[in-house]
Amino acid sequence: MNYFPDEVLEHVFDFITSHKDRNSVSLVCKSWYKIERYSRRRVFIGNCYSISPERLIARFPGLKSLTLKGKPHFADFNLVPHDWGGFVYPWIKALAKSRIGLEELRLKRMVVSDESLELLSKSFVNFKSLVLVSCEGFTTDGLAAIAANCRFLRELDLQENEVDDHRGHWFSCFPESCTSLISLNFACLRGEVNLGALERLVSRSPNLKSLRLNRAVPLDTLQKLLMRAPQLVDLGIGSYVHDPFSEVYNKLKIAIQRCKSIRSLSGFLEVAPHCMSAIYPICGNLTFLNLSYAPGLHGNKLMKLIQHCRRLQRLWILDCIGDKGLGVVALTCKELQELRVFPSDPFGAGNAAVTEEGLVLVSAGCPKLNSLLYFCQQMTNAALITVAKNCPNFIRFRLCILDPIKPDPVTNQPLDEGFGAIVQSCKGLKRLSLSGLLTDQVFLYIGMYAEQLEMLSIAFAADSDKGMLYVLNGCKKLRKLEIRDCPFGDAALLEDVGKYETMRSLWMSSCEVTLGGCKSVAEKMPSLNVEIIDECEQMEFNLDDKQKVDKMYLYRTLVGHRKDAPEYVSIL
Amino acid sequence: MVLEKDLNLDATELRLGLPGSSEESLRISNKRALPDMNDDSGVAAAKKCDQETAPPTKAQVVGWPPIRSYRKNSLQTKKTEAETGGMYVKVSMDGAPYLRKIDLKVYKGYPELFKALEDMFKFKVGKYSEREGYNGSEFVPTYEDKDGDWMLVGDVPWEMFINACKRLRIVRGSEARGLGCV
Repeated sequence: MNYFPDEVLEHVFDFITSHKDRNSVSLVCKSWYKIERYSRRRVFIGNCYSISPERLIARFPGLKSLTLKGKPHFADFNLVPHDWGGFVYPWIKALAKSRIGLEELRLKRMVVSDESLELLSKSFVNFKSLVLVSCEGFTTDGLAAIAANCRFLRELDLQENEVDDHRGHWFSCFPESCTSLISLNFACLRGEVNLGALERLVSRSPNLKSLRLNRAVPLDTLQKLLMRAPQLVDLGIGSYVHDPFSEVYNKLKIAIQRCKSIRSLSGFLEVAPHCMSAIYPICGNLTFLNLSYAPGLHGNKLMKLIQHCRRLQRLWILDCIGDKGLGVVALTCKELQELRVFPSDPFGAGNAAVTEEGLVLVSAGCPKLNSLLYFCQQMTNAALITVAKNCPNFIRFRLCILDPIKPDPVTNQPLDEGFGAIVQSCKGLKRLSLSGLLTDQVFLYIGMYAEQLEMLSIAFAADSDKGMLYVLNGCKKLRKLEIRDCPFGDAALLEDVGKYETMRSLWMSSCEVTLGGCKSVAEKMPSLNVEIIDECEQMEFNLDDKQKVDKMYLYRTLVGHRKDAPEYVSIL
Repeated sequence: MVLEKDLNLDATELRLGLPGSSEESLRISNKRALPDMNDDSGVAAAKKCDQETAPPTKAQVVGWPPIRSYRKNSLQTKKTEAETGGMYVKVSMDGAPYLRKIDLKVYKGYPELFKALEDMFKFKVGKYSEREGYNGSEFVPTYEDKDGDWMLVGDVPWEMFINACKRLRIVRGSEARGLGCV
């Protein structure tokens, strides 16, 4: 290998694209490290506080694409205060100052200000792609800057962000010269959109493959857009309400039939169920269907739609599909790999329309199932054992019983055996979320069998520290552990602090760990940031080490304490 | 699982709520969680437990069920809209001095709508048939749809109708004959 010129090695490295592999390559020797770092184009940073932008820029001067994640996962469920952190501005500022020719930025759970977006739009001539997932802090003014200044923009993908919609004409900010769009997703915007500007934009974007509209885009505009973009592969429908005997609806039918390339369908943010027949002609080609924002679609109309979707690989649906509807899925969608069933009435009278029966049906009918997110009314051990037998290929298994400590309703037993069967059968399981009544026993099983587990989410479970210890000792590949409302204390936390350096992060809230215990971790492991989030500011007045900590978030880092933490966050 | 009062399990007891909050108001009783119990005394104990302590409603548990705020907010919006958004349309009748307004969402179907219109305008709608419309009645209910066309009320399913209807007009039977013969 010493005799190969650098260019040859670089060429070889071009074929190595996965982050893990690239990281491995860089560890072989100094020479490979050097070549790898200069040829690296894409970097993924799972925790924005684990490294600084300056060090990133120094190591990878050829960087083109950056992915950053900010807040911990439980921030999705309001467990992390809004201004906790995860600001993207310092990253953009540092990159703008450098000579990095950034082309792509993908952010998840970060705070993105309009100022950041404006700076981004003006600093990188070849900027092509902006993907924001579950972010907040920006308005349509920031989007206007992106539209106006990024001359070669290919992708603007906004997924489930909280955007302050000023209803300005940000759409009109795309210049006439912008013809490079491949992907445009603004489904999460709640305000009106300049429909004329949208139509013109789509007309001059011949490469447009993915278009996801928001609720303000009515059916007649949809029809016009589809006529102009029959090459679409991914479509998100905004409003889908119309009189099925009108001329517009007839025109829509024709337009949809021309879209022979559509493989992915989502949206229906507003839906008239009697208009669904227009969609049937393209259903047979669909591999991804997301109806999780369409509560208006249920019962027979929904089942009829699904019966047309024989090639579906991924289905996101609301629980109003019912066990019966899942039976239809099981009979129809033999290629199904991923199923997500969301609650349509999370705070209702506890009558989620799906139970263990629906899940068992799908597991029996869809042998390729490998990824599950399932919100349900109840679950039994017997059902989980059956599912484990039917589908040994699960990579992701996330079960959420709406009553968090509900036992098996048939036997009144905890669900230890059921989940135990899952981890024993699914040898490739990487992600697991538990719920229902659970004792230490389930964690014994997890520690014993879940060898590939990387992420574990626990809530309202276990009897003692033993539960947490089983997991920490057994799961060698564990990267993220998030725990809420469990009786785990200092003994579990302190048993093996070195373990946390092998993980990205640990979250514990409403558990039994004390301030003293957390301080101990911080003392022993300087490579970790141990954050105490204390909104009630109890800690200020009571610095007793025996005080229980409400929320603790610890993560490994190369750059020490962060400087942007708010007052109620103490970094030990 | 039986709550053992003899062993001091307070330290590791599962609770909902912040540490330091009152035990009484937020304790989860395992017995309360089990609906089908054979033991009568157990049931009585559970009921007593319920009365003594305020069982936490789901809404009290922060961050549960674990769905993204964005999704939760979307559902709330849709629910509120579905519940409070009325569908008010103007109703005119040939010869009447002024128009009225009615909320279509209030009615479950055509019979209720016609009854309301009959009461409001003091007329009789007459019998509907697919072939002949309201042939024989003095007054015929029509509506303007989203395309701006004037249609006969009653041809399409109710759901479809209320989504399409922009306004109502009750026309004299003689004028409406054309509509009934499509």
